[in-house]
Amino acid sequence: MLRRGRLNLMTIPARRLAPPCGMTSASPMGLISAVSSLANPARFNAFASRATPWLVGATALVLGAGLYQGLFVAPADYQQGETVRIMFLHVPSAWLGMMGFVIMAIASVGVLVWKHPLADVSAKAAAPIGAAFTFLALATGSLWGKPMWGTWWVWDARLTSFLILFLMYLGLMALRSAIEEPSRAAKACAILTLVGSINIPIIKFSVDWWNTLHQPASVIRAGKPAMDSSILIPLLVCALGFTLLFLTLHLVAMRTELIRRRLRTLRITTAAAAFVPEPAE
Amino acid sequence: MRSPVAAVLTRDLALARGGGAGLGVVFFLIVVTLTPFAIGPDLALLRRIGPAILWLGALLATLLGLDRLLQADHEDGGLDLLHLAPASLGTLVAAKIFAHWLTTGLPLVLAAPLFGVMLDIASQGLGRVTIALLVGTPALACLGAVGAALTVGLRRGGLLVPVLILPLSIPVLIFGVAASGDGPEASGALMALAGLALGYAALGPFAAAGALKALRD
Repeated sequence: MLRRGRLNLMTIPARRLAPPCGMTSASPMGLISAVSSLANPARFNAFASRATPWLVGATALVLGAGLYQGLFVAPADYQQGETVRIMFLHVPSAWLGMMGFVIMAIASVGVLVWKHPLADVSAKAAAPIGAAFTFLALATGSLWGKPMWGTWWVWDARLTSFLILFLMYLGLMALRSAIEEPSRAAKACAILTLVGSINIPIIKFSVDWWNTLHQPASVIRAGKPAMDSSILIPLLVCALGFTLLFLTLHLVAMRTELIRRRLRTLRITTAAAAFVPEPAE
Repeated sequence: MRSPVAAVLTRDLALARGGGAGLGVVFFLIVVTLTPFAIGPDLALLRRIGPAILWLGALLATLLGLDRLLQADHEDGGLDLLHLAPASLGTLVAAKIFAHWLTTGLPLVLAAPLFGVMLDIASQGLGRVTIALLVGTPALACLGAVGAALTVGLRRGGLLVPVLILPLSIPVLIFGVAASGDGPEASGALMALAGLALGYAALGPFAAAGALKALRD
């Protein structure tokens, strides 16, 4: 049997308890020191297990209220009718699809510059969640497009940019699964994420330019009217609820990843103990 | 004593002369040949989408060949020597990319007018698409080098590089095809393409070198 007392002491391979030397002197940067104090996986785990129920509750409350407001209370659009309600899922999903990449980019700086042990855990956990929200944005956009544009898919600048973002998520996940050793995978994914995030504005600009080149302006809904507060407020509540949902999923995924890594180290050490003969003393 | 950059250049050019450089052009020709089978031998249609076909063919030929940029050096241990060489790794990677482009990218550019004739592109259009490819293929090589560096030593590297890099190469494709056309935006697009090429040439080799250093065993 495994010794339970040992299990708590096991940490992920790249463990680094003390914050990097340059950072202790920069104590005014409270956020950074708070983040680096969570570098201890055990401390992070304790924090996460206390925060998770609160986050779940807040998500249920805010997202429930937002979706109720959006799907039942908010008025239907005078042009688009009830289909406008897809917006309450579509727009927050799109925001979070982008936020996922921003989180991964920040975490990648953490991997490469600060070598924060939780940065790669965060980046790895954020990828599938961000990809899922990007997919949700694409799927709801497509569902919204059918009644609006009369077709499931339009090569509209925003939809196309999101498709490219989705492909970049898939590429990152493919790269990670192709590299067996976790520390190499962490660095490779961090570099690719940063290269990708430098490219995202260029891609966005070029796709917008391409779109104006190929599509007459009449197809794009030009001159959108200012959003009424009866729609805007539920939308913002939904966005907040989705953000909380993202944070909850991210935190749970990070804890799962930490446990997975601990399990991996455990397996390696127990296998080593089982197969390597004891050296003669 | 020769400079390390010159040594890398002459070595890679000598190795490329051994064969394999023509394979990219053959692949390019096959992509161009397949297109009429896919969309029908309608010359008017082919003329209209000709530059786009040439760009897609060149894009795929460039990126599919890029996994060999560093893989062979990884296999024969040459990469370790590059790490030890008395020059910055970024400069050496830039030299490798340049040699790779000379032996695989430039032949594609030179073949493009010939294949363009097969797609019934007019002579002015042939000039434009060739210039656009001349400016754009180095950008693709520099971008692809990052993918090649990230996947060095992986068994599935061959298919992974295009999956990682093709989404990032979309701006080059957009501006490249626009610069090959005869619309009023063509000259502006060529400028944007040149800007992209310069930007990727400045950043790509050093990002690739950073990846090689970070992933070194």
